[in-house]
Amino acid sequence: MGYQFRFDLVLAHWPAFVEGAMATLIISVVASVLGLLIGVAGALVRSYGPRPLSVLVGVYVEVIRNTPFLVQLFIVYFGLPAIGIKADANLSAVSAMAINVGAYATEIVRAGLASIPRGQIEAAAALGLRPYQIFIHVMLVPAARTIFSALTGQFTLVMLTSSVVSAVSATDLAGVANRVAAIGFRHLEAYSIATVIYLAMALAISGMFSLLSRRLFRYARQG
Amino acid sequence: MRSFAESDVAYILLSVRWTLLLSMLALAFGGAFAALLSPLTTHPNKALRVAVNMFAILGQSTPLLMLLFLVFFGLPIIGVTVSAWWAACVGLAIHSAAFLVSIWGESIGAVPKGQSEAAEALGLSPLQTLRLVIIPQAMRIALPPTVGFCVQLIKGTSLASIIGFVELTRAGQIVNNATFEPLKVFALVAALYFAMCWPLSLLGAHLESKLARAVAR
Repeated sequence: MGYQFRFDLVLAHWPAFVEGAMATLIISVVASVLGLLIGVAGALVRSYGPRPLSVLVGVYVEVIRNTPFLVQLFIVYFGLPAIGIKADANLSAVSAMAINVGAYATEIVRAGLASIPRGQIEAAAALGLRPYQIFIHVMLVPAARTIFSALTGQFTLVMLTSSVVSAVSATDLAGVANRVAAIGFRHLEAYSIATVIYLAMALAISGMFSLLSRRLFRYARQG
Repeated sequence: MRSFAESDVAYILLSVRWTLLLSMLALAFGGAFAALLSPLTTHPNKALRVAVNMFAILGQSTPLLMLLFLVFFGLPIIGVTVSAWWAACVGLAIHSAAFLVSIWGESIGAVPKGQSEAAEALGLSPLQTLRLVIIPQAMRIALPPTVGFCVQLIKGTSLASIIGFVELTRAGQIVNNATFEPLKVFALVAALYFAMCWPLSLLGAHLESKLARAVAR
């Protein structure tokens, strides 16, 4: 009993924590961007593609959403070399994350496209809007507004889930915490600091997105 | 190195019980805690409301892995030595409580205000109103997202493998280390998770559309 907290010992490694936080942010952003691309493509195929392709995308979405990310990561990390693709831990981590976000994003974007009433598109055509105008102003922007919070919530979740990639020794904040913890056996301090950084990043990201949403979709409040 | 044999498959299959048990205990403990806290999200006392919401937000914004590490290394300093099993239980229970407080709190908030006003006009005490009028209606609203959360929880138990508890994912790792057949081993592990989660996902979606139809009527 009488545990002596020694945050100073752990905080001495602060440059490593900054590096880890940056690494976590970078892999999360890259995975989110790739995942969003997969999601838009997936949603278009799922909504308008030929049936066999659409079913295939549906299987992808259901398999990813109903299995743990950690297992998906292991399959990518151990599986890629087994089929002859050389990938280090970081590349495996980003790929697994992108595949994972892609499935959730597909479902979210699909719901967004489905939320646009057909009558609205027809009305725009009757008013003489050109097809590209209809696509941008009547389909894309309203869909983006509908799904913005779900999608950005997913990105925040990706950042939090990314801590799992330390399990295949990819470089990230949780990995730094593991390393620093092992140096001085100050596990509790190291993980506390990492947790505080994760929390701060998560709150900052969701705050940033909600500000962005207010700027982007300003017109929505007037109507 | 040896090949991926029937005994390995049996070992992985049997480890499913730990994943299920861990999920159920976390749901029971986390659910009990959330049941106590979620009515406070609409409590007249602002300090209470803020405190409960803070717990929910912080709990949801903490990576589950960090939560497990903090419990695993944190409980011993208050004199409670924990095994990986109990650390995983407690960590997942806190995780569940944070999410369920939000889900159930929002469901309580979604019950129309006229209901509690009518109950008050009929002379029901606040506790009676909650028990007899609000909660039965809120439960219907809460069921689909709660089932959805169970899927998230089952998947979340895979992180217990990282603090060394042998559940489904850890069993897969152990077999993979011995056989080095990662694709076969983890495909089996993934299939087993899918077999647990997919029916729940379908049930959640079914309940949600049923509720949407009931509300539309």
